[in-house]
Amino acid sequence: MAGGDAIARRSGASDGHVVTKGVDTSHGAILYLESVSVSFDGFKALNDLTLTVDAGELRCVIGPNGAGKTTMMDVITGKTRPDAGTAFFGQSIDLTRLSEPEIADTGIGRKFQKPTIFTDHTVFENLELARKADKRVWPTLRAKLDSVARDRIATILETIKLAPEADRLAGLLSHGQKQWLEIGMLLMQEPQLLLLDEPVAGMTDDETMRSAELFESLAGDYTLIVVEHDMDFVARIADRVTVLHEGHVLAEGSMQHVQKNEQVIEVFLGR
Amino acid sequence: MATAFVPGSVTHGGGALPRLWSGRAWALMGIAALILFVIVPVGNILVPAGSIFHVSDYTVTLAGKIMCYAIVALAMDLIWGYTGILSLGHGLFFALGGYAMGMYLMRSIGHDGVYKSDLPDFMVFLDWKTYPWYWSFTDHFWYAALLVVLVPGILAFVFGFFAFRSRIKGVYFSIITQALTYAFMLLFFRNDTGFGGNNGFTDFKRILGFPITAPGTRVVLFMITGAALIGFLFLGRAIVTSKLGRVLTAIRDAETRVMFSGYNPVYFKLFVWTLSAVICGIAGALYVPQVGIINPSEMSPANSIEIAIWTAVGGRGTLIGPVIGAAVVNLAKSFFTQALPEYWLYMLGLLFILVTLYLPRGIAGLWTRKNQ
Repeated sequence: MAGGDAIARRSGASDGHVVTKGVDTSHGAILYLESVSVSFDGFKALNDLTLTVDAGELRCVIGPNGAGKTTMMDVITGKTRPDAGTAFFGQSIDLTRLSEPEIADTGIGRKFQKPTIFTDHTVFENLELARKADKRVWPTLRAKLDSVARDRIATILETIKLAPEADRLAGLLSHGQKQWLEIGMLLMQEPQLLLLDEPVAGMTDDETMRSAELFESLAGDYTLIVVEHDMDFVARIADRVTVLHEGHVLAEGSMQHVQKNEQVIEVFLGR
Repeated sequence: MATAFVPGSVTHGGGALPRLWSGRAWALMGIAALILFVIVPVGNILVPAGSIFHVSDYTVTLAGKIMCYAIVALAMDLIWGYTGILSLGHGLFFALGGYAMGMYLMRSIGHDGVYKSDLPDFMVFLDWKTYPWYWSFTDHFWYAALLVVLVPGILAFVFGFFAFRSRIKGVYFSIITQALTYAFMLLFFRNDTGFGGNNGFTDFKRILGFPITAPGTRVVLFMITGAALIGFLFLGRAIVTSKLGRVLTAIRDAETRVMFSGYNPVYFKLFVWTLSAVICGIAGALYVPQVGIINPSEMSPANSIEIAIWTAVGGRGTLIGPVIGAAVVNLAKSFFTQALPEYWLYMLGLLFILVTLYLPRGIAGLWTRKNQ
């Protein structure tokens, strides 16, 4: 079975294969959120949220609307500053002190719910721009595309199955293709941690299945945090599931484990 | 990663990046150079006035003036067309460049003013005895030339730094730039500011020792302006075909993605904004000796809006389009303001509406549509 195969590959990876350049994951975890609180006009979007994600893990985060899933991603990527609590990437990188581009540069990639790509650039150019490089003004002005970069882009084009579309404008792609292009752009950044906000929303069943395969193949080499509403999809791919409710963690564990949790049943199904 | 990399997919897998110029563009550039540097100078100076091949002084000055506007439109295209930031204050940078050059031209009048004084006439009129400190060294051409670049550049850099860092965008940015140019206009209208008040600078006599109205001087200024226009077209094209240019367009289309890709948009915006302002300043400095006057009305909000109209009419994000737009609108303007002066503003408004409705990609869009 493909799923079992993927899990085997994943556990093999976490035995020492995990890429850790720049980020200190010597204690096994790549992301630490501790007692994080964020409120907007009195509404507590995150309320004392504590969450740890291990390097190489594929973590799914589920929860009803307003549970704080997107706010959590905003805190990790520097878009929102927490009112209280700490957010660390690896042992030493304090995410609350860095700007969005700096966080992206340390190795956290984020995919938005609505595909966010450069519509007036070709698929190839989208990947070229995302590629890990010196992203300051002068080096960007002088940047030339070498064969290493072209090979890397070609590899990712194969991964996201968009090689035939390389020279098409990204705005002309189908919705599912745009989702994949955005994931490809994240991969070009060579991140350690990928945050994916509803990555299969609006995809056909076939595309969803291929996405599941892709994410399973990525786990181990990368750490993935996936926010998703599609429970079948979550059940298929997740190592561990975190259930958020009203800004804090309600339950955490395997899918079977959280599905049996009384509080989770109450929140999701109503009493 | 567990993907099969197909060797050779690099070649057939696409990945063409934009070229500097197509063969056709090179040819057009050659024709433009021929007209600028051979046909017009010969037609103006060597061909006698009666001949149909004679190019009149009026034509040379008008063409020189329009090329200055074209440079401004090109600068506008970099910031608006490519980066998506609509400035409604670009007339300010143009005027500041013009004033910097104007200071040198005023000093070059020497004792030939009405009052035969060391000081420009307007200072004598105000009963000033010495030049204010900020007029120091402006009698040196190269210092004035430095001011042409530095004054608009530093103002744009400082203003842009705070505006972009505060993430001021869209219509808010446009309104603030509009207010900025308006504030400077009011400042320059004041006699105490030391720039000639509402009359500004005029009655220039010479530039670098050459009489400023002589046909030879005019033709040389015309050719320098043409060379600057072509030079800025090359520079603009080099920028927009670079990776930096692609980042600028990416900022226009999806700024958050740019940020989350690891680029800090603030510095990219600041780069193109400052460059655009400097180009406007240079255009202003070329404009003043040819037109013979600079006054605060160049900073009026309406002037800056007109720059945006030239750019939109010509076609945003094409570089050559705004150059054509500036030429078309200003030729129409010089025709209408002579033939039907009261109706020019209506014509301009109508033109803008028609282009917005039927040619959303401007005049340049006609050409690209035919090619697709």
